[in-house]
Amino acid sequence: MTKDRIDRRFAALKAEGRAAFVAYVMAGDPDAATALEIVKGLPAAGADIIELGFPFSDPVAEGPTIQRASQRALEQKMTLNGTLDIVRAFRESDQDTPIILMGYLNPLVNRGFETFAKQANDAGVDGLIVVDCPPEEADPLSDALEAEGLSLIRLATPTTDDARLPAVIRRTSGFVYYVSVAGVTGVKEADADAVAPAVERIRKASGLPVAVGFGIRTAERAAAVARVSDAAVVGSALIDEIEAATKLNENVTEKVLLKASELAKAVRSARVGTK
Amino acid sequence: MNAPSKPNDWSAQPDAKGRFGDYGGLYVAETLMPLVLELDRAYTEAKNDPEFQKELKGYLTHYVGRPSPLYFAERLSKHLGGAKIYFKREELNHTGAHKINNCMGQILLAQRMGKTRIIAETGAGQHGVASATVTARFGLPCVVFMGAVDVARQKPNVFRMNLLGAEVRPVTSGAATLKDAMNEAMRDWVTNVDDTYYMIGTAAGPHPYPAMVRDFQAVIGNETREQIQELEGRLPDAVVACVGGGSNAIGMFHPFLGDESVKIYGVEASGHGLGTDKHAASLTGGRPGVLHGNKTYLLQDDDGQILDAHSISAGLDYPGIGPEHSFLHDIGRAQYLTCTDDEALKAFQLCAELEGIIPALESAHALAKLPQLAKEIGEGGVIVLCLSGRGDKDIFTVADALGRTI
Repeated sequence: MTKDRIDRRFAALKAEGRAAFVAYVMAGDPDAATALEIVKGLPAAGADIIELGFPFSDPVAEGPTIQRASQRALEQKMTLNGTLDIVRAFRESDQDTPIILMGYLNPLVNRGFETFAKQANDAGVDGLIVVDCPPEEADPLSDALEAEGLSLIRLATPTTDDARLPAVIRRTSGFVYYVSVAGVTGVKEADADAVAPAVERIRKASGLPVAVGFGIRTAERAAAVARVSDAAVVGSALIDEIEAATKLNENVTEKVLLKASELAKAVRSARVGTK
Repeated sequence: MNAPSKPNDWSAQPDAKGRFGDYGGLYVAETLMPLVLELDRAYTEAKNDPEFQKELKGYLTHYVGRPSPLYFAERLSKHLGGAKIYFKREELNHTGAHKINNCMGQILLAQRMGKTRIIAETGAGQHGVASATVTARFGLPCVVFMGAVDVARQKPNVFRMNLLGAEVRPVTSGAATLKDAMNEAMRDWVTNVDDTYYMIGTAAGPHPYPAMVRDFQAVIGNETREQIQELEGRLPDAVVACVGGGSNAIGMFHPFLGDESVKIYGVEASGHGLGTDKHAASLTGGRPGVLHGNKTYLLQDDDGQILDAHSISAGLDYPGIGPEHSFLHDIGRAQYLTCTDDEALKAFQLCAELEGIIPALESAHALAKLPQLAKEIGEGGVIVLCLSGRGDKDIFTVADALGRTI
């Protein structure tokens, strides 16, 4: 029951009185080996949870940065199996850091939900975020994942009103992901003042920790969000480092992990306990 | 799995969850869910409101120019030998294609919903032009997303949209064609949830779009039913239409689904050939998956990545197909044939020379199957072909393919 790994991590953070720093990177970006190196280095850089994107040809919820990451990964021939290989290799040296796969439904439909859930569990995946699978369509995937003890993390958004919230958090476990802006990843900036009441509402309704993402690019913003939520998710800002380092011919892994530690420090020093 | 069975009542499709058998549904980001659910409510209300229907009918009559004629293509019929061929003349509609039927319905709905900004995707540019036309008519701003490749090969339509006051945003991601334009439109929609209405141009996308677009396009088949009975005193033996996303086809097919005697043929674009990686035949060469809000047949690789489609016709250049077609294909109620770029080009010229009608390259795909179908149905039989659009927009592409300069 690997969702326990998520529960244990949030329980430990609660005891520490701080929010989690969640780092998102894309499998296969800039290439399979470097992506593995980055993922392996993230816990030491301060990531409490890792979100690992699996690429899709048509990432409709992503802004330009993650679109490009997805494209680079596909050019490197990254696949669903390749993504699971990264998780498997990571688990050889880390049994504690939760890994959530994030992506789109079609590669999973193509694999078959049950087959995929077994393979993901074997590889050491803890949960899944599937952007284009709303609760209305989620039952078959939930069935398959739950049978393997994996969480299907649900997304709540600024358009999720009180009437809809119960449907959104039904059958969810691990945590709830609050998409802090109406938009694609990495473009608009989250407003911590507006995020706070939304997080509170979702916590109360779900009884689960609430992670906030989609609009956090800087250490300041990460700290502000960490003050009012249970986890701050950063993706595009880390991928920017991959692009910049590649362009300047610098060590990609070092640059990404440096950025990750800067963000992790900000989240840790926000000194806010989960309630 | 068991093959799904035919429904007793075709108009009862889709079900409450937006399903045609196993296809359709609503696979969108959570941010958009309240919007598509609101759209479903608003559309259901409008559909059942006689005032809305009356208003729509008024515009279809006086602005679009409906009903469109049902024309006996005498010389083509004689040339092919076999069944009598009729054209449903959708290319005579205002803006030159069937697309305006749907846009007129959706713009009235958008206004009813209080939306103040319209976005649309376009491939050939016909839906973009139709969207730009109705937004000009009703005074709303319009942004049309169009693949950069399509912008280049459909210049006249880009200029038309600009003249009509719409902003055309070229999309450079992916293969820079219709699929990518649709991705970008969905990104815009999720970013502008408060004021924006997404005017999808084909019978695909999340529920209720496939049903709604079909309903707005069903005017094609409904008129055809009446007209052919006046002209021939009976129903046709077959109806045929080209299929990209499939909106002109489903509009023609749907009113005939319950008539067992009417054979139904859709024609997919097989580009350079089904054996190549350059085609757009989702049903014939693809398999079920999820893209752009619905479950349907898709061109995809072994890992579930969507493949780039190819067709000489920008309007058919899409790796998916409306979910109702997937359903009709599986249950066998409609048959889906394929047509290559070359076959379409030949049919394009034949129609121009014999009937004095320059068809859209899209429609030419359906025309190309007439020799075969006219023989199959045989003398004394009647076939209706949906001539979905006019071909003026395609003359540069055709000239290029024929190695001529204009």
